Order: sequence, then C-alpha cells, then structure tokens
Amino acid sequence: MFFVYTFVVFMLASVVFFTHAIKREASIVLKEAPEMIIQRTAAGRQELIPVEYLDKIQKIRGVSSAWTRLWGYYYDPVNGANYTLMVSQEYQHGPGTIVIGEGISRTRFAYPGDEMEFRAFDGSMMILQIQGVFPADSELVSSDLMLLSEDDFRRLFGTSKEYATDLVVRVRNPRELSTIALKVSELLPDTRIILREEILRTYDSIFNWRGGMMVFFLVGALLAFIIFAWDRASGLSQEEKREIGILKAIGWETSDVLLMKFWEGLVISLSAFLAGVILAYCHVFFTNSIVFEPALKGWAVLYPTFKLIPFIDPSQVATLFFLTVVPYSVATVIPSWTAATIDPDTVMRA
Amino acid sequence: MRKSGFFLIYLTLNGLLLLFLFVHAFFHTTHAGPLLRENSELVKRLQLTDLCLFTEASYTRHLTQADLNTPFQDYPTSLEHFPSGSLLMPSEMVKRSYGKTD
Repeated sequence: MFFVYTFVVFMLASVVFFTHAIKREASIVLKEAPEMIIQRTAAGRQELIPVEYLDKIQKIRGVSSAWTRLWGYYYDPVNGANYTLMVSQEYQHGPGTIVIGEGISRTRFAYPGDEMEFRAFDGSMMILQIQGVFPADSELVSSDLMLLSEDDFRRLFGTSKEYATDLVVRVRNPRELSTIALKVSELLPDTRIILREEILRTYDSIFNWRGGMMVFFLVGALLAFIIFAWDRASGLSQEEKREIGILKAIGWETSDVLLMKFWEGLVISLSAFLAGVILAYCHVFFTNSIVFEPALKGWAVLYPTFKLIPFIDPSQVATLFFLTVVPYSVATVIPSWTAATIDPDTVMRA
Repeated sequence: MRKSGFFLIYLTLNGLLLLFLFVHAFFHTTHAGPLLRENSELVKRLQLTDLCLFTEASYTRHLTQADLNTPFQDYPTSLEHFPSGSLLMPSEMVKRSYGKTD
C-alpha cells in the first residue's frame, strides 16, 4: 500500500516539477525571442518569403528595423537525426565551416576540427568543418542547432538570394505591435504573423492538463486515489474491526478510536507524500527525468539532455499535499467511525 | 525501539531531506542568473523562437512555427505520427487559426 501510494505521489510530483521548471525556463529564455516574425504561407504550408517584402514592411510607420532569417531542417542519413540549420547575421567563421550543438556533437561523435559531410539539394556532397560546439548548458535551446554561413546554406538547399525562410520585424513602440501586425497582414495577405507574446503563451501552456497523454496520466492517478479511498471507505477488515472492539471494550471512547485511526492514515499518507516528493525532485533535477525519457524521446535519435533549473512552486507542492494526504486521511476515518459506534461485543463476536 | 520511534526518525530524516532539497533549489535558482542570461542572449543573437525539447518532428521541434498541415493539427481525430505530438498542446498560432475556420 505504502509503495503504491508513494509511486503515485512520485509520478504526480515529477510531472509537476518537470512542467513547471520547463515553463519557467522558457518564460525567461524566450523573452528575447523575435518581437514579430512574418512567414509566407501557400496552401496551408509555410513557404519561402521573397526578400523584396522587406521594403514594403520597412515603409510601415512604427517599424524600426526588419531583416531576413534563414533556417531549415537537415536529415542526417548517417545517424537518422534531424538538425536545425540556421544562418546567423553575426556568423564569423566564414564559408566551409559550422558550429554545432552539444546534441549533434554527442550523437555524431563530432568535435571541433572534424569535418561533416552533407548532401546538397542537387545530390552533390558538401564538406563543412566544425569550428565550435555550443556549451552543454545551452542544450535546451541549441542541442540540435547548426550554424553555418549564408552561402553554404543557400548552396545546400538551393535557396536563391531573392528568398529567405521568414522575416523578423522590430518595432519602435511595443504597444503598437498589434497595429503593425494588422497593417502587415493587410499589406501582405499571403503572410502570417507570429508575435513574441504568442510564443511565450504557447510555452506557458505547453504541457497543459488537456494535452493528449497528460489527460490519461492524470486520470490514471485520479483512479488510483479513488481505489485507495474506496478500499478504505468500503470498510475495515475483520481483524481491524476486532481491534476497535477490544479497544472499546477496555474503555476507549469513540473519539479516541477515531483519533487513532486518523493518525494512522496520516502516518501512511504523510510518509508516502514525503518519500514521493523527495524521489520526484531527485528524479527530475538529478537524473534528468530518466523515467520520462522513453516518452519524451519518442522516435528521436538526437535527444537533448534536460538539465533543468529547479524552479519549485510552493503552491503546487501545497496543492499536491492537499490532493494526496487529506483525502486519504479523511477516507480512513469514515469506516472507523462506523466500526467504533457498533457495540464492542458484537464486533468481537463477528 | 518502539515503532513510533522509527517513524519519528523516518519523518525527521525525510523532513530534513526535503528542507535540504528546497535549499538546493533556492541556491540553484538564485545562482542560475548567468546561465539564463547566456541562454537568453543566445536566443536574442540567433533570433531563436523555440526550446529544443523534441527533435523527432518539425512541428514539435519548432512548436511555435508549425503550420496547419501536420498530424493532429488538421482535425482532432487525425492520426498522430510522433509520440511528442501527443504530449504537447498546439501553439497559440494554430489555435488562433482554428478560431477562424471553426
């Protein structure tokens, strides 16, 4: 009983710690994400955007600057992993070089000075030399990232100079953001706009309780607690009833029996709660959520290591406490009260 | 020793351990400033939009950049191909687009 109870608390607390830590880290790190991204869509899909759109956007009053972004995905047939390739405006290593994320380095056993082969859009091979690896601490944003020069990116994917992946816009007054977004959508009807607020909101509700498997998980935990409560509330065993009868026979009051049973329930639930929370903390922040790994990893070959910062929300721990400890403790009192109010002689003879 | 003695020892040890973990969390979060600033700076410098949580599918790797033509986002009963797609909620942009079409 104690181990099952601990396991349920452990799983619930792990989910709470994991999701809260990711949300907090996302809210801090992604505060510097682009204010506004403009993407061209055609037939419901994102398409390359003409660079000439920049001129139209820059003429809108309130826009302080706008520039292009070049990024895309590359499937590596060597290990079956997907990389995010990106061109940085400040890339200083020049053509023929790349800077890779820790995840790529770990998966491909590739280190600075090594060369990596890429198959270009026309089937030709490109060889790029690794100039550096992003720090391991930045894996949450850069694990699968690969920086390269604009020339190499265009040569690899066959993207002409007239096109970019999307556009980034910076505005003078952040309060005018929605007005400018409206103007852009009127001026360029084949585009969609992604605002930083929407990015932050997306990550704030990333692991919402309604999201897919989370529902099943929470329903599972809820069912487990209902079974616990049902087990306790459906009545006591003959031995427990006899114990209560003896206690009553030697002079215990009903209130004494109830108090004892309440403390018994509290001992089990509190012990399970403490053990579950401690194990969950160690699981999420010391073992990088090793239990969740198969579910989080999915079919991915390149799997980022979740070294999360232990952001703990005391209110969530308190909620967990009240959801797990209180119902069980209360559930133990009800059948005890039923047994304690029956005549001790009847209980002992039964 | 009585059983209550064992329980009190267990409770005290667990309480202390929990306290230690909360202190650990407090120190870690207060000293995480430089690391968070570095990552934030990287996001600003490279104009990144998403966390690298899942790499198996483009729409879960870049959750905020996903378009509508991805499994599970076309309509509620469409087949989901990747496990990570069943863990995450769709992005705000996708939800907003549905608001228009529903």
